[in-house]
Amino acid sequence: MSNSQLQAHENNWQTRIGKAFLCDRAVLRGKDLHHELGDWNWFAVYLYGITGREFAENQIKMLAYFWIATSYADPSIWPNHVAALGGTVRSTASLSCMAGLALGEASIYGRRPEKRALDFFYRTRAALDNGAALAELIERELIERKTIYGYGRPLAKIDERVPHTLVMAKKLGLDDGKYLQLAKDIYHYLKNNKGLSINISAINTALVADIGLSPEEYQLFLTPCFITGIAPCYVDARDKPEGAFFPVRCRSIDYQGKPKRVW
Amino acid sequence: MADKQVFHSHIWQEDAEENNPFEAKACYCHGFDVYGDLLGKASWSEYLYLLFKGERPSPLQAQLLESLAVAFANRGPRDHSIRAAMNGGVGGTTAAGSLMAALAVGAGQYGGAHEVFLAVNIWQRAGQDIAQWQTVIQQLLADKTVDIWQPMEHAPGFDPNGESCTTPTRQTLAYLSGFIEGGALQWLNHHREALEELATCPLSMTGVAAAALFDLGFSAEQAEMIFLLLRLPGAAAHALEQQALGWKKFPFIASMIELENDPGSLGVPSIEEFGL
Repeated sequence: MSNSQLQAHENNWQTRIGKAFLCDRAVLRGKDLHHELGDWNWFAVYLYGITGREFAENQIKMLAYFWIATSYADPSIWPNHVAALGGTVRSTASLSCMAGLALGEASIYGRRPEKRALDFFYRTRAALDNGAALAELIERELIERKTIYGYGRPLAKIDERVPHTLVMAKKLGLDDGKYLQLAKDIYHYLKNNKGLSINISAINTALVADIGLSPEEYQLFLTPCFITGIAPCYVDARDKPEGAFFPVRCRSIDYQGKPKRVW
Repeated sequence: MADKQVFHSHIWQEDAEENNPFEAKACYCHGFDVYGDLLGKASWSEYLYLLFKGERPSPLQAQLLESLAVAFANRGPRDHSIRAAMNGGVGGTTAAGSLMAALAVGAGQYGGAHEVFLAVNIWQRAGQDIAQWQTVIQQLLADKTVDIWQPMEHAPGFDPNGESCTTPTRQTLAYLSGFIEGGALQWLNHHREALEELATCPLSMTGVAAAALFDLGFSAEQAEMIFLLLRLPGAAAHALEQQALGWKKFPFIASMIELENDPGSLGVPSIEEFGL
């Protein structure tokens, strides 16, 4: 029981992350933002900010492709739907887009499955390197955690992003990593034994493992990744009549609760 | 998935106006006519309880929820969630921007709603058994499962930076303990020091909130949501206050940030050639 940490930090913050020296310069992880990072690719700067590491050009292109490949400007996708609702009620652009992004840390899509899939790949590869059998590891994971993230898909059986991403990985020379091979091996086992498909989360995550991001770095890297699909959905609804985005009739609420009663 | 937009609900039912199927003539919450009957009869806390539990609370339950709402309506400008809202307010951001900031920061595991979620989980698993509390807390702190939430760094419901259980925490616990005989709050009040010993830090307000919400029969998920809701009034008021006071009176921490790897100034390009 001690407030010593509060005492120690009350009026000071020592950091190696960054600082703005207004009217002169801004520093990000020891580099001058304007002089040293100004001509970097935006994704490279973002990754550098998250990790403190510099990545090869093909790795950055691969990671940037994840963002493009999830940019589905379709308002039936829940984060996009929220932004469209913001547009239809004439909320602001930032509020609508940030509300959409906030949904990304979901359980059946988005950050939770992606982060857990990466952890599974790292744990499984380490166990295989120590002599364990893949089938045994998969079965144990299913017993202990009920699911293997990245396999099966809520809305469709074939994830069209998988072949596109694999083509891009090949083009960038990133298609022969040990984690991508592991993802394929797991898929073959799950397809043959459980009838499950592989989704983009497993492929992206395996590529990320080959690139070497930690689960925490991966979570941060993907946090804004739906934005390119979200913003156009806001625009679309904003530019149509007020309240016109899928209005709901009273009778479209299917009530199954308690009968009418008096307070 | 349905190809027609239908929302299924056990909470809400509507009868449409005769001339407009998109507007309700009557709205029923768990069967009660909200605008034709409930309004004017139910208090805010009774209605809140009804929404989540589907039934009217007993008078004591309603008083407990009402008192909890008062206790958490404003934790003051030092509270992280309220600080977040004030950072929104002072810059003149949107009202929702400030409250979104308050919600995001107030969602956390150190004094926030996810801590309440975890603390209610302890109540569900350990009940009023100190040995079980020790086991569950140990298990929780040992759990390093990778998730969107970071592993817990202290026993939920306790303050790792506390010197002793604060006066408002003890006052709130003592007062709220008077509503439910034999409930979690009473047990916590009687065994606080023993629990603090095994948690190695003093009980915090989140611990009191968790016990109260558990006594009210809320699930951990419901408790997390309600805790987020109850803390918004203070965030809103303080955001507006700082907006009115202005940025010159708001703390600016730049001078207190020490950069350990500063590469130094590399100069700024001249703007003369751009006609400025």
